[in-house]
Amino acid sequence: MEEKEVYERLNEVFRDVFDDDDLEVNAETTADDIDDWDSLSHITLVSAVEDEFGIRFKMGEVSGMKNVGEMVDTIISRAQ
Amino acid sequence: MKELEYPFDPGYILKKKRSIKRALLSDGRPRTEKRIAVLAGSTANEIVDMLELFLLDIGIAPVFYLSEYNRWWQDAVFGEPELDSFAPDVAFIHTSLRNITAFPRIDEDKAAADALFDAEMEKFSAAWDGIKSRYKCPIIQNNFELPFFRIMGNRDAYDYRGRVNFVTRLNAAFAKHAEESDGFYINDINYLSACKGLDKWSDPACWHMYKYAMSIPEIPEFSYNLAAIIKSLFGKNKKALVLDLDNTLWGGVVGDDGVDGIEIGPETHMGQVYAEFQRYLKLVRDSGVMLTVCSKNDEENAMAGLNHPSGILRPDDFVMITANWENKDANVAATAAGLNIGEDALVFVDDNPAERAIVASQLPDVAVPNIGAPEEYIRVLDRSRFFEMTAFSGDDLKRNEMYRQNAARAAQQSKFADYGEYLDSLEMTAVIDDFLPVYLPRITQLTNKSNQFNLTTRRFTEDEMRAVYSDPGYIRLYGSLKDKFGDNGIVSVVIGKIDGDSVDIILWLMSCRVLKREMEYAMLDSLANRAKAAGAKELIGHYYPTRKNGMVKELYRDFGFEQVSCDEEQNTCWRLALDGYTPRTEHIKIERNE
Repeated sequence: MEEKEVYERLNEVFRDVFDDDDLEVNAETTADDIDDWDSLSHITLVSAVEDEFGIRFKMGEVSGMKNVGEMVDTIISRAQ
Repeated sequence: MKELEYPFDPGYILKKKRSIKRALLSDGRPRTEKRIAVLAGSTANEIVDMLELFLLDIGIAPVFYLSEYNRWWQDAVFGEPELDSFAPDVAFIHTSLRNITAFPRIDEDKAAADALFDAEMEKFSAAWDGIKSRYKCPIIQNNFELPFFRIMGNRDAYDYRGRVNFVTRLNAAFAKHAEESDGFYINDINYLSACKGLDKWSDPACWHMYKYAMSIPEIPEFSYNLAAIIKSLFGKNKKALVLDLDNTLWGGVVGDDGVDGIEIGPETHMGQVYAEFQRYLKLVRDSGVMLTVCSKNDEENAMAGLNHPSGILRPDDFVMITANWENKDANVAATAAGLNIGEDALVFVDDNPAERAIVASQLPDVAVPNIGAPEEYIRVLDRSRFFEMTAFSGDDLKRNEMYRQNAARAAQQSKFADYGEYLDSLEMTAVIDDFLPVYLPRITQLTNKSNQFNLTTRRFTEDEMRAVYSDPGYIRLYGSLKDKFGDNGIVSVVIGKIDGDSVDIILWLMSCRVLKREMEYAMLDSLANRAKAAGAKELIGHYYPTRKNGMVKELYRDFGFEQVSCDEEQNTCWRLALDGYTPRTEHIKIERNE
């Protein structure tokens, strides 16, 4: 899967979960950059990303992700 | 909302919950506020979010109290000021396997295991008693999902030390409490988790990372099941199924394939599937849900299909059977009106997506599930939880009969739109024949008191009538009419005098009790037959106006006579050629006296 495609699909997921059509995420985006990204919506987000890409993150992967870029790396490595 | 109807996409609802909520809140529908206390032994935020969507969708605007993390038992037993002032309409205790304090150890004896069991039940009983005494509201309590591991393997199910055995005992005790208590309801997560499979349900990662008792994608269905209980508690259940016939209750099209060609019963695989669906619907009916039919069919074919020897459902199982070629949305609306229930109490079941689409678009309050393939019908209908029964009484069993009677009355009225159908529904039989001596008094009496439907208003004494009776120069007819409501007796008298090629109608009268029943046509048909048999070529009719008989001024014109004269007093004379006469009666079965 191309990184570009992952970002496009991920952007849609972020927009849906945070109900904000103007949202744009990049590799450096973290929870600090999005107002509603708290621990509860993080759970919704992870579940929605798993649903979008048809994968289940391992526990260690979820807790280890520092930013969106690491999430994208994980998605790409899982899709291979 | 379509997105929230079973079978829904849980991932979609979870992801879009914010925009779905926004759409629901802006749809302008009236909603009843209900205050729901959630006392949770695990994280419940997503559960509450999902529950809110499903409740909003069924017309309930929920306000929530959510206990502090793992304070559910303390809140329930000792109370909590915020909860006290919240004053819940319903309390939901969201506990799971993770909230069982202690399981029997493998080195403990039976008495120790029983003591643990008793302690666990006392813990929960204290919570139930606390809520009941303090808030006097209904309590919804989860039972337990089964453990996701078995130390003893299969022995876990029957050994007192086994966790599977321990949980099964607790679930039985919870069920017993529910059976014996008013206002206490089980949210059956043991069943729900079995539907999904424990491996999908019990996600250790969700517990250890987020303290959710179940896997996140299972939450929408969990909340949907919970919403069904709340919906039922607050009287928002559905009441009736509106069922299509062809490819819904049986395979094939009865009008095309014939009753012998439809698939129902043990002969074919598909026939077995439809038979199981009919058996399911019969059980649903027996529980007090009304069944109705809405089918594009001739009624005759519909009834033939419902009387198929291998069928389970019979015409009597339905409170209303609508088989015609009207649009389905019109028929479904008429069903609601006929049963005198709201359209929001109906579930429309049809295999045809086009029919579902028109009903869903024209009648937004009617539930229109996408029932899938025949082998999925039961699951979709059942899991949709349209008829969740939080209460059950003897009245539920009688409901079908009561509504069938009401529907029969309403049907009589609504069928006036198609008058012929109404007449057919009366099941009329007329006896039309020459006078009998025994009837002469009644014939005379009727003749002398009829004023409105009376063309000549000619009066006869009984002796004069007897003279007519014994004179072969007359054609005499009396008519009696009975219908399914009873026998009206003799209601019409016609006398014609044979005059060469003509029959001169000197008397024509009818009781107004049977106006617009087609009885006048039945009399005309009989008169025409007898006149022809007597060698006559034409009928001659007269109308002599009185103050009371204006209603029949144009009767002969309606009959197809042509007017031949009209004098200064507006007396009119009419003529009908008998050659090529075609009978008019369509809705009365005509007999002669024995």
